[in-house]
Amino acid sequence: MMYSEKVMDHFMNPRNVGAIEMADGVGDVGNPVCGDIMHIEIKVEGNVIEDVKFKTFGCAAAIATSSMVTEMVKGHTLEEAERITNRTVAEALDGLPPVKMHCSNLAADALHEAIKDYMKRQQG
Amino acid sequence: MKTIYMDHSATTPVAPRVFDAMIPYYNDVFGNASSVHTPGQKARQAVEDARDKVAALIKASSQEIIFTAGGTEADNQALVGYMHANDHRGKHIITSAIEHHAVLDTCEHLRKQGYDLTVLPVNSLGVVEPQVLKDAMRDDTVLVSIMHANNEIGTIQPIRELAAITHEGGAVFHTDAVQSFGKLDINVRDMGIDMLSASAHKLYGPKGIGCLYLNKKIKLAKLLHGGAQERNRRAGTENVPGIVGFGVAAELAGENRLESETRLTALGQRLQNGILERVPHSRLTGHPALRLPGSVSVCFEFVEGESVLLMLDSYGIAASSGSACTSGSLDPSHVLLAVGLPHVIAHGSLRLTLGHNNNDEDVDYVLDIIPRVIEALRKMSPLYAGAGGVA
Repeated sequence: MMYSEKVMDHFMNPRNVGAIEMADGVGDVGNPVCGDIMHIEIKVEGNVIEDVKFKTFGCAAAIATSSMVTEMVKGHTLEEAERITNRTVAEALDGLPPVKMHCSNLAADALHEAIKDYMKRQQG
Repeated sequence: MKTIYMDHSATTPVAPRVFDAMIPYYNDVFGNASSVHTPGQKARQAVEDARDKVAALIKASSQEIIFTAGGTEADNQALVGYMHANDHRGKHIITSAIEHHAVLDTCEHLRKQGYDLTVLPVNSLGVVEPQVLKDAMRDDTVLVSIMHANNEIGTIQPIRELAAITHEGGAVFHTDAVQSFGKLDINVRDMGIDMLSASAHKLYGPKGIGCLYLNKKIKLAKLLHGGAQERNRRAGTENVPGIVGFGVAAELAGENRLESETRLTALGQRLQNGILERVPHSRLTGHPALRLPGSVSVCFEFVEGESVLLMLDSYGIAASSGSACTSGSLDPSHVLLAVGLPHVIAHGSLRLTLGHNNNDEDVDYVLDIIPRVIEALRKMSPLYAGAGGVA
């Protein structure tokens, strides 16, 4: 198999799929033309990401990285979440096939968009 | 877990009778078919018997069959060999947008060498309309290459009409028949085919062996140099076991074709209709009637093909897709784009191609699993909720 066991586990049993009622921040990345769209919602209490959910259209790598990033940030501070990169998500999954590193490894970007959205709402 | 193999357009298992026929040519009858001695002549006889069988399947004469290392080589040999030997007559080649890359990339290679290339569009069912070819023919058109049946969407082309138009324009007609050889009735004379490519492993023969049918009247330049094999048209020691296997596979295909066509068409129809009934937001790709027996190709909205394949694989179902992730590029299959599907729909393609070992029970199983897999993936898809699906 081209994917690690961890990728397959997160693909077959994705964590934190769904939506959050009254989410505090929402992030979207990707586009339908290239075949990957990620949507992440976060609930923030104080400085901590209390809850996080995702929905992803894409290949196994896209779904697994989305699932993994939610697991990595749930219960962690916003600062910790901001330090997560697409690369660290891929590493947490024991790597991705080279061809997937660019096209389907966008979960951290989606998370950062959600945090940015949260920050904007706080200021507004 | 039992494997339900539904990817017969990718490759097929070697039929037991084919396998048994090949074995002696690896050891007992190992001679080089070019040798004068008895072991060599026994190998020669086996090669020529196989050639007769392959020729008989498409009503060609045996001298018109050149064995190659597969369909890709046959396509390369036909296109490059023909243009290099005949470009004094003209430099224009016509092909279609839905060809296999063995043809498309070879045509592109020729274009870079200075030949002129026209790539014909297809209609939404994947058919090259004869009038479109007629309009594209020029005084300097010397070669037209249009596949018999498409590997992804199964659509069968109106070969007779396309070949007739080609001949009216004074050009030669090649068809990549890798998917149809042994499955559809082919008569090269009646259909007006001048060159035809085929591959054994699509018809329960071994991999690494194929052939080019070449009408006697046509001159080709050699692609491989270094020997006078295949009547000085293809150098290299003959793959005797492979050729023997191809011969038996062709013979079996001829014996079983009608029965197999009827059975696989019915089975494929049931699978296709079952999927379209059970899965909302799904559509057929390719022609609803003029398609390869047992070839089912559909697109599911809101999901991506590779995800579908991997989930089906977890249930033991082997299928394929034309999504970008499975094509190794960022674009989905050129065939799905050529029939006018938007990228986002083409990403959700699934191809199930049935074969001899599939039965009603397999179809029932797959019809039970597919809706579950699609529903599971749609629940994860941000595109689905917006389309009125259950979030």
